[in-house]
Amino acid sequence: MSILIYAESVEGKFKKTAFELASYGKKIAAETGTTVTALTINATDVAPLGQYGVDKVLNVKSDKLSSFNAKAIADTIKQAAVKEGAKIVLFTSTTDSLYIAPLVAVALEAGYASNVVALPESLSPFRVKRNAFSNKAFSFTEINTDTKVLAIGKNSFGLIESAAAATIEDFSPSLNDNDFTVRVESSEKGSGKVTIADAEVVVSGGRGLKGPENWYLLEDLAGALGAATACSKPVSDLGWRPHSEHVGQTGKPVASNLYIAVGISGAIQHIAGINSSKVKVVINADADAPFFKVADYGVVGDAFEILPKLTEKIKAFKAQNS
Amino acid sequence: MKILVCISHVPDTTSKINFTNGDSEFDTNGVQFVINPNDEFGLTRALWFKEQQGASVTVVNVGGPDAEATLRKALAIGADEAIRVNAAPTDGYFVAKQLAEVVKSGGYDLVIAGKESLDYNGGMVPGMLAGILGYDFVNSCIKLEVNGSEAKAVREIDGGKETLGVKLPLVIGGQKGLVEEKDLRIPNMRGIMMARQKALTLLEPVSAEAKTKAVKFEKPAPKSAVKMISADNLDELVNLLHNEAKVI
Repeated sequence: MSILIYAESVEGKFKKTAFELASYGKKIAAETGTTVTALTINATDVAPLGQYGVDKVLNVKSDKLSSFNAKAIADTIKQAAVKEGAKIVLFTSTTDSLYIAPLVAVALEAGYASNVVALPESLSPFRVKRNAFSNKAFSFTEINTDTKVLAIGKNSFGLIESAAAATIEDFSPSLNDNDFTVRVESSEKGSGKVTIADAEVVVSGGRGLKGPENWYLLEDLAGALGAATACSKPVSDLGWRPHSEHVGQTGKPVASNLYIAVGISGAIQHIAGINSSKVKVVINADADAPFFKVADYGVVGDAFEILPKLTEKIKAFKAQNS
Repeated sequence: MKILVCISHVPDTTSKINFTNGDSEFDTNGVQFVINPNDEFGLTRALWFKEQQGASVTVVNVGGPDAEATLRKALAIGADEAIRVNAAPTDGYFVAKQLAEVVKSGGYDLVIAGKESLDYNGGMVPGMLAGILGYDFVNSCIKLEVNGSEAKAVREIDGGKETLGVKLPLVIGGQKGLVEEKDLRIPNMRGIMMARQKALTLLEPVSAEAKTKAVKFEKPAPKSAVKMISADNLDELVNLLHNEAKVI
């Protein structure tokens, strides 16, 4: 028996969420006296996983898996779980992992809980705390199957280093044509831009910015902070910014360390979507904007004056502290 | 083409969320219920297929009698018929098992569900349904075109999008982008009248065991008061973000 984590890599490299997942797995493994096995697919260097508690790596190298295929990856993870006798299978909350996890749960006849935000509250019965009602509440969910599948929310568990080297084993799943009925025809990725999913800092704008031509003010601040840019629902509905930047209950969730909202009044749906962010800064001309009620830091004033000044101050700070 | 659209009956996005019975149940008191927004984008796309390519559109919900008002709304904006599986939607696997039975007995080519519901946010029903049926599956789908038995689906990926070629039968986990916000329909009087004539079939559930159970709910701890910083003193903001919040 071991704990299996799916350590997702992008172009061969792991993101921080993979190491968070390893840390999370190690913590449960230590409590239950077991080990952590990581499954990796076409990763270039798997050694860093050992620094976060992974005992063993099942390393898959496969040309067939070079483009994303949910069914084939789910089949691979299932076979790894069976081989390792894994009773707990862990995923991150990336778009790809959330696509695969329910398929793996069905294949392993496992109960599945997503949006998990903390270590299991109890191991028997197995109970986890998860986000529900679009971050307006937590749900404590029990999983009553022998095998459990969890998807851990971004930024809900820190990194824990544990200095040990992982053993690395090549793993060749047996895949058949039926795993490859979905074909990737093309893939488009914005180059060089920080994505909302990965960002530690997100800078977001609302109608208070008055028009798309003013977005450079927000982009300058984001550039200084190494942040992703996002927007409120009205801004995306008006076509000022693409849908992919809309954050909120019906848009993307944000779970960054720092969320800066500029000219967003703070509708309940918007707040629900960004509530998992750790620190919230609200900049708004209206001192009565409801967003201030849930903010950590607030500034009342004209965004057109504040943004360039704040950008300069952040740049100066970064220059001093780097 | 026979399309099945899975509909969750969820609290309106503006709802205040409260719990009852020792924090073990969602308090529906005073809550307005709606078609789950992710499902509504899928339903509206299904209606486009019906009108442009000649498809039939059935909507299905696994839930109690109170969900019928939500199904009637789906009929009022253009779905042909509705099915309600008469069972409490206890967990995602249980719901997926019920839906799988409906899909098999109805012979649907295309099944569209929202990628997640706005109440329990499990994000598992479409994937589990596809897994149980052995159908192809596209999640976070933002664009869908069907030509005979072939489909092209665009899915959102972190930082971009990907176009997939797939064959029917197919399960879609849909979201905004399948149609635009402005394409969503509001029931008109004629639609509401016609919906009364349309079939709403009641099915009894098949036996299936829930694998998970939400045993308790909790609201986030109240926020400590916001610290206001003068617009003339942004150095203080930078200082607080660095030394107090430790986020830059």
